[in-house]
Amino acid sequence: MSSITWGGAALDRARTRHLLQEYGVYAALVLLFAVAVVLNTSFLSIGNIRAQLLQVTPVLVVALGMALVIGTEGIDLSVGAVIALAAAVAPLYLGYGFVGMLAVVLLVGAVSGALGGAMVAFVRVQPIVATLSLMIGLRGLANIINGNSGKPVTDGAVATLGIGNFLGVPVMTWVAAGCVALVALLVRRTTFGRQLVAIGDNRQASRLAGLPVRRVLVTVYVISGVLAALAGLMLVGYSAESDPSTVGLNYELSAITAVVVGGTPLTGGRVRVLGTVAGALFMQLIAAVLQQHNVYQSYQQIIEAVIICFAVYAAQERGTR
Amino acid sequence: MSPTALQPTALPPEPSPAPGPGPAPTPLSEQLAYQLQRRGAPAVLVLVAAIASITSSAFPTWGNISTILVGNNFVWLLALGMTFVIITGGIDLSVGSMYALGGVLGAYGAQHGGSALAIVLPLVVGAAWGGVQGLLVARARMAPFIVTLAGLLGARGLMQALSNEGATTYIVPKNSFFASLGAGTWVPLVILAVFFALGALLLARTRFGATLTAMGGNENAAVLMGLPVVRAKVLVYLLSGTLAAAAGALGAARLQSGVTTIGVGYELTAIASVVIGGTLLTGGSGSVGGTLSGVLLLGVIHNLIDSHFSQYGSAFTDTVNGGFLAAVVLLQTLLSRTQQLP
Amino acid sequence: MVQQDPAARSDRVLEVVGVSKSFAGVHALRGVDFELRPGEVHALIGENGAGKSTLIKVVTGVYRPDAGRIRFSGEERHFGNPLEAQAAGLSTIYQEVNLVPLMSVARNLYLGREPRRFGLVDVRRMNREAAETLARYGVEVDVTRPLRTLGLGAQQMVALARAVQIEARVVIMDEPTSSLEPREVATLFSVIRELKRQSIAVVYVSHRLDELYEICDRVTVMRDGEIVHTGEMARLERLRLISLMLGREMSSVRDKGSTAFDTARHRQREGVPALRAQGLAVRHRLHDVSLEIHPGEVVGLGGLLGAGRSETAKAVVGALPTEAGTVEVAGRPLRRRSPAAAIRAGVVMLPEDRKVEGIIPNLSVRENISLAALPRLSRACLVSRTRQDEIVDFFIQRLRIKTSGPDQKVSDLSGGNQQKVMLARWLCLNPEVLLLDEPTRGIDVGAKAEVQALIDELARDGLAVLLISSDLEELIEGANRVVVLKDGRVVGELEGEGVSEQRLLDALATAPSHPEDAEYAEYAAPEHEEQPGPEEQSGPEGHKDRKEHRE
Repeated sequence: MSSITWGGAALDRARTRHLLQEYGVYAALVLLFAVAVVLNTSFLSIGNIRAQLLQVTPVLVVALGMALVIGTEGIDLSVGAVIALAAAVAPLYLGYGFVGMLAVVLLVGAVSGALGGAMVAFVRVQPIVATLSLMIGLRGLANIINGNSGKPVTDGAVATLGIGNFLGVPVMTWVAAGCVALVALLVRRTTFGRQLVAIGDNRQASRLAGLPVRRVLVTVYVISGVLAALAGLMLVGYSAESDPSTVGLNYELSAITAVVVGGTPLTGGRVRVLGTVAGALFMQLIAAVLQQHNVYQSYQQIIEAVIICFAVYAAQERGTR
Repeated sequence: MSPTALQPTALPPEPSPAPGPGPAPTPLSEQLAYQLQRRGAPAVLVLVAAIASITSSAFPTWGNISTILVGNNFVWLLALGMTFVIITGGIDLSVGSMYALGGVLGAYGAQHGGSALAIVLPLVVGAAWGGVQGLLVARARMAPFIVTLAGLLGARGLMQALSNEGATTYIVPKNSFFASLGAGTWVPLVILAVFFALGALLLARTRFGATLTAMGGNENAAVLMGLPVVRAKVLVYLLSGTLAAAAGALGAARLQSGVTTIGVGYELTAIASVVIGGTLLTGGSGSVGGTLSGVLLLGVIHNLIDSHFSQYGSAFTDTVNGGFLAAVVLLQTLLSRTQQLP
Repeated sequence: MVQQDPAARSDRVLEVVGVSKSFAGVHALRGVDFELRPGEVHALIGENGAGKSTLIKVVTGVYRPDAGRIRFSGEERHFGNPLEAQAAGLSTIYQEVNLVPLMSVARNLYLGREPRRFGLVDVRRMNREAAETLARYGVEVDVTRPLRTLGLGAQQMVALARAVQIEARVVIMDEPTSSLEPREVATLFSVIRELKRQSIAVVYVSHRLDELYEICDRVTVMRDGEIVHTGEMARLERLRLISLMLGREMSSVRDKGSTAFDTARHRQREGVPALRAQGLAVRHRLHDVSLEIHPGEVVGLGGLLGAGRSETAKAVVGALPTEAGTVEVAGRPLRRRSPAAAIRAGVVMLPEDRKVEGIIPNLSVRENISLAALPRLSRACLVSRTRQDEIVDFFIQRLRIKTSGPDQKVSDLSGGNQQKVMLARWLCLNPEVLLLDEPTRGIDVGAKAEVQALIDELARDGLAVLLISSDLEELIEGANRVVVLKDGRVVGELEGEGVSEQRLLDALATAPSHPEDAEYAEYAAPEHEEQPGPEEQSGPEGHKDRKEHRE
């Protein structure tokens, strides 16, 4: 390596890279938003913004949990299936009132997460495999519970969560904002959050520093499961039906994309909550702009794929290349 | 000691080591673990098939068995390609999309250019797509799962673009050579058999196969031994992409059209079959024969569920698949721990 | 001193002339000359950090030397990587067996050059030939079994057979016997003698003195990146060998050394010991190790590389699973054995390998200092920023940690300051017992003195300290008492006036070895000689290392 001869250039490159990693997603978001508005001023209409928020909010909620999991150098592929399971369970417990149903649904999410987390923390199965088996199995279970068909869900409270407004902003977005605040607080200010990041950065040193590694790992997957279940409820409310064979499909993908585009490295040791929000918004904005300009879904997918690759590549640390 | 042993002159006079440690007795639990790892899937397969044959008169008929064998529209080839990838310690999530893309390409080629194009087009595109993924993994050192996740999205996008967002379904002309590849029972069976036989040879009896296994077991060591690790890594994703596209094309030949809604989640079944077949998800150990038992086992179970629990349909199969996968992975992890004790 | 011969001579198969290598300003090798004759077994010895590994890595092409020349078979060669070196006939057998554990024994022997028929691997021939080859190395096993089902010794033999088969002219063995049983060692030696007969030169890296004297013809001793002695093995006395390694001349034991320790400190040894460990046993590594440390006492742990010093500290805090033994803290037994439980009881350990086991590289100085104390700084799980800052600021000032601020990434600090951050992490817990594993390794002189003075101060304040150090002077002047370990056993204890370099060297040289423990392996503390200074971790290697170790 001839870093001495072009030392200046290397330094500049490192700086650029650092800036890109830190602020790239915000800049891209603002830029894209400006482009969207310039191309089509009706993009700013209340109706459109509301529609976009309704679409992105469940993804964002799932992505928050995913960001925590990725922060521990893990991955949770089961979130889409947990959404389906939550959707399947919800109609069964509507008789207990909204709060009772909510409690049961979140508990289902927590148990699913705990299963994956226990496999990761105690049996030391790779996260991708542990959650893959849950991904396959839980969706099947959800379908069995629902008898392989969609069920209409007409409960008022669930519908409010799905499509209701409060102060002109969708209720689910308020809920998601609350989640963002909580997770941000969790990561930045709590013992648990700091331990999580330390474990993701250097697990061995964390163990020797006396951190409760297993407990933190299990908890992280539980949180991811609970957030996914919450997102499942939002989706049920939004579509007014519970169809486990389609609901939450590919959400693990969208969530991972949001986290990765938001600049959280897949190698753990860092959780970017606001970055994840920006990543989710960015991906939604891309989809919306392309859709409004009649770019086919096919090309949207290809563009998304390129963005994922680029984001991961950009977020990779120099040392690992 | 064998006659080729060291000359006594080379031995020190005093300590005079006992002739070779000899085969140290392997603990029973370790042997059991090892055998379970290697032969668990075939054993369970035989067991399940035997029970099914005894309890149901419909199961052991040729009609039913041939349904199991060819009813999968060549999806088993995805598991074959996945075996190679997983043995290197990687994963290929794009095969389901590639299967759909291969099908549309094959049907497109058959409709517009004849059988030759129908065969060549999917293979070339599959190889190119897999090759790019391989380069990203091997050269840019990106995580396989994220690269192939993007590949999953991209390939599906490409397929939809090709089919005008699923609006156009290309039809494979009947009576063409291409259509005959998927027709009936025997031709598909022979094709599958040939692919699996070639795959088994490639993995077990070539230096390339040895390289794949070695790099999955200990990549550092493989590099130090001078094995072409980077090249093998690119090639393995190329191989998986090609196989998936070929499987899709053959599937299209059998279904006589390029179905655009097909292939979602197939990568998961492929991974499950491979792992159930005894290939370690951490890489370094596995066999094509094991994968064959894995796909057959899932095929038989699928068949049984279809005939006994048809009211639950595919959901039940998914649950069983997931449960199986979790159980096998847990078992593997625990087994490998038994065997690794010094 | 080393003979410097500019001309390539036919009786040198490998010649290293004036090679230097430094990592970010820290010298790992300084003008090293080394030569190897065909058919000789050449011992290369030195303590941790002496530069053995760096020298091997420079020779085999892992590192490029900053200066100097390397001749191989009379030609000047600089290998680009170990592979090139291997192809040229320079094979290395690493301490951790570099084979593929899940593949069969025969496969491992022939990977990359399997015999083929009609383009396919001729498995039957491969297995037959593998069995024949291995029989010559005393390994008679079913070669179709996975390698990992073999004992470590047999695996080592497979690695050796593989290395020799590739027409090696030089074989470098890095700690080849660390995992062998005595019988296997005997087989290895007969193989080495066979290699000698074939004029293959062997570089033998080991810290087992008995073996060195048995098998080696010549010896090179390294210390601090320099060659301090080269000569006939048989002519070098054991005591002298040890003093060369440790850098102490027998005649030059001074009254007052250059460390910052206050030698005239009062000692107290009454009442309940702060830490009492009894009969600690860790599989293959420790056998019945007992220790007592009283409040206000600094107990040194002496021993050569691989004696089990780090393992003792790790076993005490529960970082290594113990097979037997008890630990009592201030008279109360420690029932649950884990680092977390030990910390709760007031026993903390500063690990030897700062990079892998100590710092959380991407977190700030503040977070690294307060990591272990987080639960105590929190109310209702929320970290109190004020209390955190209070503590962090206090320790940054008290330990004089040079940092641009508590928000600086800890991996951007110098090694000495990282070490102080690690110390601060433990001190803010107000521990009762402090286990320090090489607290001053790889840090600059100034920081070293500060850390030493701090240890004194802490002991005066009533802390019980266990001090592990390869720096003999530090050990002698810093400790009230020195417990000497060898092969995972306590072989002596020096106390009071008996704590002297002379006595320590004697204890190390004369203690009986335990051949039945020859299987002892130092997995837990692989040599990290290539890290002369933490500054190096800014390089790409550093990061990669860390990732590998986490696996």
